[in-house]
Amino acid sequence: MKAPVFEYAAPQSVEEALSLLGACQGESKIIAGGQSLMPLLNMRLARPDLLVDIGRIAGLDYIRDADGGLAIGAMTRQSDIERSALVAQRQPMLAAGTRFIAHPQIRNRGTIGGSISHADPAAVYPALAVALDMQIEVAGPAGHRSVDAADFFITYLTTALEPDEILVELRLPGFPPRAGWSFKEVSRRHGDFALAGVAATMEVDSSGVCSFARIVLFGVAAVPLRVEAAEQLLLGSKVEQSLFEEAGAMTSDTLDEPLSDIHASADYRRHLAGVLTRRALAEAAGRAA
Amino acid sequence: MTMQQVVKVTVNGVSYERNVEVRLTLADFLRVELGLTGTHVGCEHGVCGACTVLMNGRSVRSCLMLAVQADGAEIMTVEGLADDGRLHPIQQAFMEEHGLQCGFCTPGFLMAVYELLGSNPDPSDEEIRESLGGQICRCTGYQSIMRSVKSAAAKLAGARV
Repeated sequence: MKAPVFEYAAPQSVEEALSLLGACQGESKIIAGGQSLMPLLNMRLARPDLLVDIGRIAGLDYIRDADGGLAIGAMTRQSDIERSALVAQRQPMLAAGTRFIAHPQIRNRGTIGGSISHADPAAVYPALAVALDMQIEVAGPAGHRSVDAADFFITYLTTALEPDEILVELRLPGFPPRAGWSFKEVSRRHGDFALAGVAATMEVDSSGVCSFARIVLFGVAAVPLRVEAAEQLLLGSKVEQSLFEEAGAMTSDTLDEPLSDIHASADYRRHLAGVLTRRALAEAAGRAA
Repeated sequence: MTMQQVVKVTVNGVSYERNVEVRLTLADFLRVELGLTGTHVGCEHGVCGACTVLMNGRSVRSCLMLAVQADGAEIMTVEGLADDGRLHPIQQAFMEEHGLQCGFCTPGFLMAVYELLGSNPDPSDEEIRESLGGQICRCTGYQSIMRSVKSAAAKLAGARV
């Protein structure tokens, strides 16, 4: 199908974009890379009155060092994150996870800010935002604010962003040098959205005891889901296969009502979440120095 | 704010300027406004890859872009591959290795392969599969496409010596 009629503006600055959003009487929508929004427009599932294209704003496309971590501009293309030497060095799971996003042709256009703002429950970047403790920098009419990723995702396709706000930057701490990580998903075909996925990080002390664990599931609930019960189980325990099996089983058990749709039943997603968590924890532990 | 806007692009080395509706996709701009119907429109939601073109050297889905977003860009479509009627080595390889049957998906495949071999002249099977994973072909079963890409890489390597 063809997109419905809408007004279009391509502001040159964040300030100009904010005033366009603020002045809009009807529904406004920001377009960044457009790789999720264009299908919605073409299928007329989205019918905004005004489309604000932030792709012409200079200075929203960068990957920089920030206090040993990273600052990434909202308009940074996924393919640039995938190829960045700085990302690979500072946040290897961000680089690895990016390769699970659709296909190269999509990643050439898709942006990190757009993906996180869109907040698809099965998408890679929202899960990584929670797993890697991203700070989400937001510009609005009253100035800038910073939102923890843990507070950002509210429900399906819904975030803490107000209609007159723009996500402008992601800030990430550096990945702890001794920590291990693992990113896994199951999808029908390579490049499809995940039926279920997990992003896990772990630190292991010199005596082989887990001193930090983070488990974030995606594709199973309305938002990226931290499995704190399993994290607590790991903390202070000796890392070994039986522990990962227990954590995987616990992960399955904590999912009350996983998503159920034509792609996968709730039971299947519950099963996948447990298996993927077990495998991811083993891999993360193996990578932890 | 506008519903109509002038778009200036360079397509296959030729400059064009058209006043179009802002909701027009780049794919429809190429086909309807410029008459470049080599770019095919399949699914119109970014799944099939038939509409893949290069924008400023990178492969993109032209159905997942508005023409106004391409304003000022350099576009290359499948029509830009052949040189004065002589097939590009990638096209030649697809013809010789039966990398197409009905041909509907082929323009997208050719442009994705063009980008791949431009940055990676000797890709592994895994790299070819990764770069073409977003291009759907319902005829060939992909094996002949894999052979075509390897043949194209060899042709291009030979041409460089």
